[in-house]
Amino acid sequence: MKRKKWPFVYVGVITVITYIPILLTVVYSFNASRISSVWEGFSLKWYGELFRDRDMGEALLNSLILAVLSCLGAVIIGVTGALGMYRKKSRLNDAMAYVSTIPIMIPEIIMGMVFLSLFSLMGLPFGMVTLVIAHTAFCIPYVYSMVKARLVGMDKALEEAARDLGASPLRVFFDVTLPLIAPAIWSGVLLAFAMSFDDVVISIFVTGPTVNTLPVKIYTKLKTGVTPEINALATLMLAAVILLLAVSALLGRKHSKRFGTKNPGRR
Amino acid sequence: MSDIILQLKDLHKAFDGTGVLRGVDLDIHRAEFITLLGSSGCGKTTTLRIIAGLEAPDRGRVLLEAQDITAMEPNKRSVNTVFQNYALFPHMNVADNVGYGLKLKKVPKAEIAERVKRMLKLVQLEDYGKRMPDQLSGGQKQRIAIARAVINEPKVLLLDEPLGALDLKLRRQMQLELKRLQKQLGITFIYITHDQEEAINMSDRIAVMNEGVLEQVGTPNEIYYHPRTSYVADFVGNANILHLDGHTVAIRTENILMDGEEFCTHEAAVEEKSFAGGQLRILFSLADGQKITASRFGIDADIQVGSRVRIGWRPEHAVAVEDGGR
Repeated sequence: MKRKKWPFVYVGVITVITYIPILLTVVYSFNASRISSVWEGFSLKWYGELFRDRDMGEALLNSLILAVLSCLGAVIIGVTGALGMYRKKSRLNDAMAYVSTIPIMIPEIIMGMVFLSLFSLMGLPFGMVTLVIAHTAFCIPYVYSMVKARLVGMDKALEEAARDLGASPLRVFFDVTLPLIAPAIWSGVLLAFAMSFDDVVISIFVTGPTVNTLPVKIYTKLKTGVTPEINALATLMLAAVILLLAVSALLGRKHSKRFGTKNPGRR
Repeated sequence: MSDIILQLKDLHKAFDGTGVLRGVDLDIHRAEFITLLGSSGCGKTTTLRIIAGLEAPDRGRVLLEAQDITAMEPNKRSVNTVFQNYALFPHMNVADNVGYGLKLKKVPKAEIAERVKRMLKLVQLEDYGKRMPDQLSGGQKQRIAIARAVINEPKVLLLDEPLGALDLKLRRQMQLELKRLQKQLGITFIYITHDQEEAINMSDRIAVMNEGVLEQVGTPNEIYYHPRTSYVADFVGNANILHLDGHTVAIRTENILMDGEEFCTHEAAVEEKSFAGGQLRILFSLADGQKITASRFGIDADIQVGSRVRIGWRPEHAVAVEDGGR
């Protein structure tokens, strides 16, 4: 009997430390008062203010461009890498797989410092270019590991069957391999996108004076205290994340229904 | 006799220094059903993959209609394969799977649809075109895999243990169907199995393979009644292999005669008795320590474990064989 209560305790703890603060942020974003602790009634004025804030808009756009570009780079490099290592069996494979995923474990602050000194050494001007390079670099492992896991679980005979039926290696890739690893690429991209979109630490190190990303902007604003405008922004971002997760879950379910397999990476 | 469509000449292949094929020579006739029979690891799948072009031999050549195709890309060979686990494309429906080879050959869409329909009818799955592979049973998947290969009208069809994943009853049924299909289409089938029953049921000829070489190639009758090596006798006929006066002979279990019958000149002790599959099997040991198994239908209760009896065999049932590589 006692054991049955543990799940509730767990959910309770999670709720108290995570969801209640989130809920408060959402509630106070609709607060008419400027002071967070005082409720003066429902209002959308902070949202209005947020949309009028041109700096914020620019930062959001920068963040989106950055996330899209680095995801694109990560997909090209990560997928090629995963495919290459899957195809060519080498004694170095294990070592290379390790090297490819270890950046996930390296503390961000160190990654930031490393990128900073690298770009200074190269004499690259700090701005969007350096941001994209750095973000692409830390996004690759997410795409790589998702795609690699999918490839390992894929029946090799499928590609051979396509070859046998008359497909050139290029046709095999587009007709068989790519459709089969596409869900894994999407999972990787989703993760990579989220990582890039909310990165503060590395971005602060490698951004220039003229380019602000949204998380960096929020971080600098927070130095002067939590404003209702930030609450409104946080609420919008939360909504976007929830929407994204829902879409991904839906796609995942459709996929596993069709192929009778669990999608790697979404457990 | 029919002419030769495919020739394997002195095929050698090693993986990580281990010789898997050690000189395979085989001529395959047009429109014949030939089976490569052997236990796992004997090199039969590697041979098939070399014919398909999915593996390159270290040495030797493959000739298709007298043309050397050893170095030809798999997609350019008019050879198709039915894979062991079907390998149906999970993201395409049945009709797209079956029509894939024609699509690659740029056959007009209307013609593809027509031929897919005919092919599905041939494998008795006419109404399944819109289904996805995971909505099919094992036997249905098998038929679709065959249809997908056969629709391309290959000169040679390769089948890699295609019935291995099916249950016994379905396997028997599919054996007959495959044989019927082969006769109907007139395509050369190269069939791989480790199941001697399957090989005997379906094949025009059987090539028994062991440790990378062909031990014997012949009709099911030749293989069964006139095994050339002890390996073939044991693998195909479950025969006793005896060493007598410097010769090696194979005697099948049902031909071992027991007490009281003519030719019973050997003293033997009964070691074990077991009953399985409608057959009684008795294990004897001869005076010199060699073991002999006899089989009988029914349960013979008179024979006691530990008793001594006289056993023997008709001279014509003792087939002289070469010592196999085992």
